[in-house]
Amino acid sequence: MSAEAYDRIDDNPKFHALVTSRRRFAWILSIAMLGIYYAFIMVIAFVPEVLAVPIAAGSVVTIGLPIGVAIIVTAIALTGVYVYRANGEFDRKTAEILKEAA
Amino acid sequence: MIAMARSSTLKTVLPGALALGLTAFVSPGLAQAADAIAGEAQSAPLNWSAIVMFLAFVGGTMGITYWASQRTRSAKDFYTAGGGITGFQNGLAIAGDYMSAASFLGISGLVYLSGFDGLIYSIGFLVGWPIILFLVAEQLRNLGKYTFADVASYRLRQTPIRSLAATGSLATVTLYLIAQMVGSGKLIQLLFGLDYTAAVILVGVLMVMYVTFGGMLATTWVQIIKAVLLLSGATFMAVMVLAATGFSFETLFETAVDVHANSEAIMAPGGLVSDPISAISLGIALMFGTAGLPHILMRFFTVADAREARKSVFYATGFIGYFYILTFIIGFGAIVLVSTNPEFRDAAGALIGGSNMAAVHLAQAVGGDIFLGFISAVAFATILAVVAGLTLAGASAVSHDLYASVIKRGQVDEAQEVRVSKIATVTLGVVAIGLGILFEQQNIAFMVGLAFAIAASANFPVLFLSMFWKKLTTRGAFIGGGMGLASAVLLVILGPIVWVDILGFETAVFPYKYPALFSVTLAFAATWFFSVTDKSATAQAEEKAYRAQFIRSQTGLGAEGAAEH
Repeated sequence: MSAEAYDRIDDNPKFHALVTSRRRFAWILSIAMLGIYYAFIMVIAFVPEVLAVPIAAGSVVTIGLPIGVAIIVTAIALTGVYVYRANGEFDRKTAEILKEAA
Repeated sequence: MIAMARSSTLKTVLPGALALGLTAFVSPGLAQAADAIAGEAQSAPLNWSAIVMFLAFVGGTMGITYWASQRTRSAKDFYTAGGGITGFQNGLAIAGDYMSAASFLGISGLVYLSGFDGLIYSIGFLVGWPIILFLVAEQLRNLGKYTFADVASYRLRQTPIRSLAATGSLATVTLYLIAQMVGSGKLIQLLFGLDYTAAVILVGVLMVMYVTFGGMLATTWVQIIKAVLLLSGATFMAVMVLAATGFSFETLFETAVDVHANSEAIMAPGGLVSDPISAISLGIALMFGTAGLPHILMRFFTVADAREARKSVFYATGFIGYFYILTFIIGFGAIVLVSTNPEFRDAAGALIGGSNMAAVHLAQAVGGDIFLGFISAVAFATILAVVAGLTLAGASAVSHDLYASVIKRGQVDEAQEVRVSKIATVTLGVVAIGLGILFEQQNIAFMVGLAFAIAASANFPVLFLSMFWKKLTTRGAFIGGGMGLASAVLLVILGPIVWVDILGFETAVFPYKYPALFSVTLAFAATWFFSVTDKSATAQAEEKAYRAQFIRSQTGLGAEGAAEH
């Protein structure tokens, strides 16, 4: 945990590459989640009738229902995708960087 | 006509979940039903199967508290359960911390009343979790020790930033606690036939015992057990509902549309979200507020490393999302099985105990008296788990941030810090009981909304910028966070819920119910402005210190490990 370890990490291009790719990944997923949620809310605020369309002729089930459930499932899936990559690829690279700095 | 009938039902039925705080976010109808809270919650006759199951829960958790007290010695044990909780366990505990009685009874009650709209709220409460994972969780774990203020003040001056963070934490925790206490008193009165004051005292005493004797370890296990009980109970109900409709969603929804007064309208958005400003503002409060709740953030320090912290959010999001889907089925199940049964309705045709009792009545409809007892006990356990987490977070803000860092400037021995924490827990318990009794007849609907607004406007911006923005200075963070806090409080007071509904003025000075869009923007803007214009020597030193913080936050180098046991 010496100051040199920090310098060695800072001088390691792998570290900066890792940070850049992890941040980009995290922001893309965040924007995807925010985009989906706010799109949903805006549809409800401005054109709620869009969600009232039945999924099939004669059915009482509207497309709003599968869409709502899909947003919940997407939220879970996106966290899964992030954890999969962060706990695999990103953690492996972090471990290498730490090893090289030791 | 239908609309009128609906809003008058709303006004008469609210006590339980109004108090539990869901309503602060819910509809104009719900939030305006200010006077509903003043209505008496009628006492039920003593419910023996519920009482026996509740006693079993209390007995079990007291056993766990004793076990935990044997293992809680150091400050690290007390605040973080030694840092040895696994990602899966923590995911369950987070879910147990977050799924309040308001989400269970309130959202299923909302689905019962207006169908699809209940789903909109569930989604709002869920989408903050992925954001916490992507932007906050691992850096928080890598930088912090016991409280989120550890992270916010990492390279800034301790006294102002810890004071600000502790104020934000205590404000959030106290408001949330009062709402939970009042809600629990009314709910227990309804479910168990226990007197309101006795119920509030009982909840207060139990939460203080869990926290003072068992610290984070006991709190975590109370939350895990509660999450498992709630998820199993809700799953059982959802399965029974589907069994009753031949495992066909089509049949379930068709029957619901047939019997519901609003007919097909329950399958589509129904105007709970109307103007875009309120919708966006509510979204911001839910999303960033969740990421600024001190009792939630604290849970990330109970795991060994960033890896487990990430896993916890994945499991938590999974459990919470699954739970919201269940509440949706339960709400529709109640429309089909409860609303059609005269046994559950009073002389006027309204649901006995109000729409928030939909899930409780459904429990009786699908599982008889024994299962009703089980669900009632689970509702009680749910409250206990949430208030215990809140109390621990509040006590930590007092002992770790105010006492150890601000008053003693870090020169304090662990035993003394833990002692202060326990005194703070007891004090918070007494305050919560006192305010819970005091606010019995008050409109507390705005409190959870305000708690989320403060978390989003004061806690989140400072925490977020401290991790992401190199040029953040003490002056910027203190003034920006302070302005976020002040503006959130002020705008809620001047807004329709407090200014008009409680204080009785004609029109609101600030037209929106949710201030977050404005107060969060102000907090970020002020933090930015007062940081970039800060040319002091400390500001330069703080910017220089970002490099080491950044490397630690990204790699975990030097991060707090798990305690050796």
